[in-house]
Amino acid sequence: MAITITIPTALRQYAGNNATVALEADTVGALLHGLVEQYPTLGKHIFDGGKLRSFVNVYVGDEDIRYLQGEATPLKDGETVSIIPAIAGGM
Amino acid sequence: MAPPVLSNEEIRRYSRHLIMPEVGMAGQRRLKQGSVLLIGTGGLGSPLALYLAAAGVGHIGLVDFDVVDESNLQRQIVHGTSTVGLAKTESARRRLHDLNPLVEVTTYETPITSANALDLMRPYDIIIDGTDNFPTRYLTNDAAVMLGKPNVYGSIFRFEGQVTVFSPKDGGPCYRCLYPEPPPPGLVPSCAEGGVLGVLPGVIGTLQATEAIKLLTGIGEPLIGRLLLYDALEMRFRELKLRRNVNCPVCGDHPTVTELIDYEQFCGIVPEVQTLSSQYEITPVELAALLETPERPFLLDVRNSYEVEIASIEGTDLLIPVDQLPEQINKLDSSVEIVVYCRSGARSGQAVEMLKAAGFRKVKNLVGGVLRWSDEVDPTMAKY
Ligand SMILES: [Zn+2]
Repeated sequence: MAITITIPTALRQYAGNNATVALEADTVGALLHGLVEQYPTLGKHIFDGGKLRSFVNVYVGDEDIRYLQGEATPLKDGETVSIIPAIAGGM
Repeated sequence: MAPPVLSNEEIRRYSRHLIMPEVGMAGQRRLKQGSVLLIGTGGLGSPLALYLAAAGVGHIGLVDFDVVDESNLQRQIVHGTSTVGLAKTESARRRLHDLNPLVEVTTYETPITSANALDLMRPYDIIIDGTDNFPTRYLTNDAAVMLGKPNVYGSIFRFEGQVTVFSPKDGGPCYRCLYPEPPPPGLVPSCAEGGVLGVLPGVIGTLQATEAIKLLTGIGEPLIGRLLLYDALEMRFRELKLRRNVNCPVCGDHPTVTELIDYEQFCGIVPEVQTLSSQYEITPVELAALLETPERPFLLDVRNSYEVEIASIEGTDLLIPVDQLPEQINKLDSSVEIVVYCRSGARSGQAVEMLKAAGFRKVKNLVGGVLRWSDEVDPTMAKY
């Protein structure tokens, strides 16, 4: 089951400068852990002690996983998962 | 109160609005009656202020305490070369007055704080967040929710932007519903550290201005409950769903935050003296003197390689970008004196903390970084 993960600008440098990464996984949690396995330095930017950081939101399609089943949210072939961290710039 | 009528001068000026039935005379009068407070007169605030003034928004408030700098002009188009060195609020007021003398502009040359935020916002219909840091974003959010005012939100980083309208009184979410907690300091780089494509705040600020004008005139579908994402490199817009969190501490069903708090503390920002004692600091002048002696310290640059091309301190021994420091720490010798530097002293401060945690004791942060080095030691060095 190939899933496309979109990597935000702020985190691309820790993911081989890729805007998207394709991985096989059947839940959001497995997908994110697979991603971090592939790019270990990305880990501390997404997880804090095994938990998703609270300023990093994860969406399946256009839906926040907090309103689905969190990391247990099942994934279907061809779906897109987006990592959306807080950014504060404006000046 | 019925919206004010338009003078003949205003009718001439706004004719391209007036001939569209969606805006028309009624919408233009609502714009004239409307008021918007812009927090920040920088990258986002520039196109916002210009388009809102041009559109005829009756009263525009500008909050900023910064001064126009040359490096702002790559994107902050409300300012100009002739106003470098002037307060941003005054610089923007002059430009807006030239663009449209028929709108009222009030300037507040002050940082927005928990003490003044509610008073600053109270007279305005709409709040627009165009700041550049997490404490002010949470402060702006909380105050706007408490006053029941819509907060037109935009933020940018490098090539990427986010836009939405937070308006819990209309059933939508607030900023805390989207991001309950801020990132710890240092983990998310600011534009000053990370850079920003100059035209990006133009796109995002203009989208914010569009939403403000729609809210004031009451036309169209507001961007409430939707987060619009823009990626300039891919040239792609995407939209995500946002929901109000019923357990949100500010806009939820049973709010626990009912008055403004200390947002610096909330964002984990502690005064620098507490995080770094002077034993672990060195000033540019002290370093310059030390580099002339036989006991010259080992000079470590923790910036990225593309920054080295812009400016670099002569005699730098090694470059390790701060993110790679944990993996490359074995390249360093803890028995020799090490001075760490970056652009402003922020990343090198983190590097010093990492090295201290790894047991290094003879390590110092060059305070003020390359920027202060240029000011105090080598004025020929480029500042960026
Ligand atoms: Zn909320």
